[in-house]
Amino acid sequence: MTTPFARTRRMGWWYVAEHRIRAMRNYIGSFFIIGLGSPVLYLLGLGAGLGVLVNERQGAEAIDGVSYIEFLAPALLLAGVIVSAAQESTFGVFGGFKWTPIFLGMRDTSLTPRQIVTGFTVGTMARYLPASAMYLLVMYNFDIVNGWRPLLLLPIAALLGLAVSLCVMAWVATQKDDRGQLSFIERFVITPLTLFSGTYFPLETLHPGLHWIGWISPLWHSVELGRLVSYGSEQHGWLTLVHIAYPLALIVLGWVLSVRHFTKRLQS
Amino acid sequence: MPESHIIAEGLTKRYGDFAAVDGIDFDIKAGESFGFLGPNGAGKSTTMRMIAATSLRTEGRLEVLGLDANENGPEIRSMLGIVPQADNLDEELRVRENLYVYGRYFGLPRAVVNERADALLEFAQLVEKKKARVDALSGGMKRRLTIARALMNEPKVMLLDEPTTGLDPQARHVLWDRLFRLKERGTTLVLTTHYMDEAEQLCDRLVVVDHGRIVAEGSPASLIRSYSTREVLEVRFGTDKNEQAAKTIEGIGDRVEVLPDRVLVYADNGEQALSAVTDRGLQPVTSLVRRSSLEDVFLRLTGRSLID
Repeated sequence: MTTPFARTRRMGWWYVAEHRIRAMRNYIGSFFIIGLGSPVLYLLGLGAGLGVLVNERQGAEAIDGVSYIEFLAPALLLAGVIVSAAQESTFGVFGGFKWTPIFLGMRDTSLTPRQIVTGFTVGTMARYLPASAMYLLVMYNFDIVNGWRPLLLLPIAALLGLAVSLCVMAWVATQKDDRGQLSFIERFVITPLTLFSGTYFPLETLHPGLHWIGWISPLWHSVELGRLVSYGSEQHGWLTLVHIAYPLALIVLGWVLSVRHFTKRLQS
Repeated sequence: MPESHIIAEGLTKRYGDFAAVDGIDFDIKAGESFGFLGPNGAGKSTTMRMIAATSLRTEGRLEVLGLDANENGPEIRSMLGIVPQADNLDEELRVRENLYVYGRYFGLPRAVVNERADALLEFAQLVEKKKARVDALSGGMKRRLTIARALMNEPKVMLLDEPTTGLDPQARHVLWDRLFRLKERGTTLVLTTHYMDEAEQLCDRLVVVDHGRIVAEGSPASLIRSYSTREVLEVRFGTDKNEQAAKTIEGIGDRVEVLPDRVLVYADNGEQALSAVTDRGLQPVTSLVRRSSLEDVFLRLTGRSLID
């Protein structure tokens, strides 16, 4: 017979995720507005407004061989993911140590720091994956995408979300006081990444001296993958592998560092 | 002889050159109610965290429920109920949900968690509040919820770090009553406190800790017998005059202690001591005869009072 302790050893991470999902139910309304409403508004505003201008000037299929809205739509989905993932890892993680110290409560049980890190990050997926799925439905509805391939946007979103969650978490877990540096992440990391990761325009449009921002940005890699699956953008096979491997590498790095910082903070 | 639940030998915790816990020994038996009494900074909480295996010892031996604390943290905690000094309930969840998620952490099936959550709401006298938000609870209720939460895994040992600090007298009594019931059920209780009345109410045996060391050990009654007299006479002469009056009192009772606001005369018969004081021509502003308490033991052992 499996003992409860053996179950926690195996499934402890899931119990943490379960806890997070339960707590998120209180914010379901605002999460949907941020996670779904905001990209849809951007899509309508940019696609129907800016898109008309772009298509007029550049021709209807001039950007990556498709219309502006087709080019933009997958990128907006993924940009929404990094905003939600980063927010949750910033305020959720800092709060979990300081404001509502749930991590200290978890520490006093048979959970390990690894399970807390894994469970928290998996729980965060409940914030951006359902919103991404709804947004994808909107894309299908507007005939921006069709066929089954665009469904792969969801695993791409999961990969990107985990990479961002874990990297942000690794840093936030080292922060003992909030002196305004927490909002730095959103303003000076996430926002610039969305602007310079080929989200609203192809990376090649930028000055070559700025291309490195795209290369180090997990968003750019995921957006490239997203465009491949939503309208079959042209891409070298080896580059596709890089676009998959890069977020995976960030996931591993972010997890290892997060576990190290959580362990240091929770056990002395 | 009941089995030992916690054994410490030469237990030490150092932070750099500073020894927060400095080579202490204790042996806590199954079903016992054991207390660490001492002022803030004495090393009580550090000791508790080492027992909970969330802080690793620097030296010595520490076995909790037969397992080495440095090696088996998660397994040890699966058998402990931990009540920390500061509440860390999840304020985003309702009262009952806090019990539910905590129970799940211990790998308990949903049906078991639901059943225990209801029973413990009853025990903590929080049935009516089960759907309330945690931030709407009073300090005493939050404390009871934290205790109920720590009981979700039916622990063999409860660790209570300053369980009633910051609560009003009524809330403290309600809490003591609940802890007393646990004791009656045979749960091993380990608690830290700087309240001597709490130690007297709840502990079968306690150690007095100061500067990371154990300075005395025994039952509350035996400590009082060994380190104090049966009664204490407290006399006040006014802040400026206490020192002077103490010199005149010297020789009455077993011992005289001068505090900033009063003079304590340790004697087996307080009333007799009081007449001896007035016989020497002194007229105290107020006088009080009381039984000796652990506070007196602490004063005797360390030369300081428990609450500064």
